[in-house]
Amino acid sequence: MKFGILVNEGPYTHEASDSALQFTRAALAKGHEVTRVFFYHDGVNNGTRLGVPPQDDRNITREWSSLAKEHELDLVVCIAAAQRRGLLDADEAKRHGKDADNIAEGFRISGLGQLIEVAIQADRLMVFGD
Amino acid sequence: MSITKRLMYVNRRAPYGTIYALESLEVVLIGAAFEQDVSLAFVDDGVYQLVKGQNTTGIGVKNFSPAYAALGDYDVKKIYIEKESLDQRGLSMDDLQHLTWEDENEDYAEKESMHLVSREELADLLEEQDVVFSF
Repeated sequence: MKFGILVNEGPYTHEASDSALQFTRAALAKGHEVTRVFFYHDGVNNGTRLGVPPQDDRNITREWSSLAKEHELDLVVCIAAAQRRGLLDADEAKRHGKDADNIAEGFRISGLGQLIEVAIQADRLMVFGD
Repeated sequence: MSITKRLMYVNRRAPYGTIYALESLEVVLIGAAFEQDVSLAFVDDGVYQLVKGQNTTGIGVKNFSPAYAALGDYDVKKIYIEKESLDQRGLSMDDLQHLTWEDENEDYAEKESMHLVSREELADLLEEQDVVFSF
């Protein structure tokens, strides 16, 4: 089965991101396809590489990045939601005259069309949030 | 993209207090370009999103409620409001914006977008969907 994943909450405050990560991992392990993971609302904060959680805790962003690398996952952060919350890649930082970017490896910034597209293409869209 | 799917956006939260309502509307407006079979449902505190005469001056947040009136122009013509949610909040359809769409096949006649449905009817509608966005 082809899954699309929508993550609507940020890391640590809310378990949605952990659940999405675990679901994605389990689906891939069962041989399913995960067409795209889309991060929206505070979910975009999963894509910052500047988080430094305590060493005895999980690093959710790093886990997404390594899962993406291993399975060539498409991790997409909504551009409009990201701009509001200060999540930038190098191009966005330059475009808005910001002095830094913070997007983590394996994530890319794109538009909401990417969410609708995966909702249409996938067999199931799984929404993780409140 | 030639596939047409049934997409329902379920709006469950008050318009202010959290950003979900505004960002849900942004998805609906962008998603309209994909020409799918789209409907919106307003349930629980989500019914407050459509209340007429919103004034956000006191909280310093942009009042985005006028944007709902544009949904018809985006070909979003099916808007379901759950009756039980209205009743529980002492609201009626008269308290809500009246959303319509223009039928270009009938000389742009103005047609009703708003449909009052029971909880049971909404459950049936949800059952019919291919994709449910829950905000």
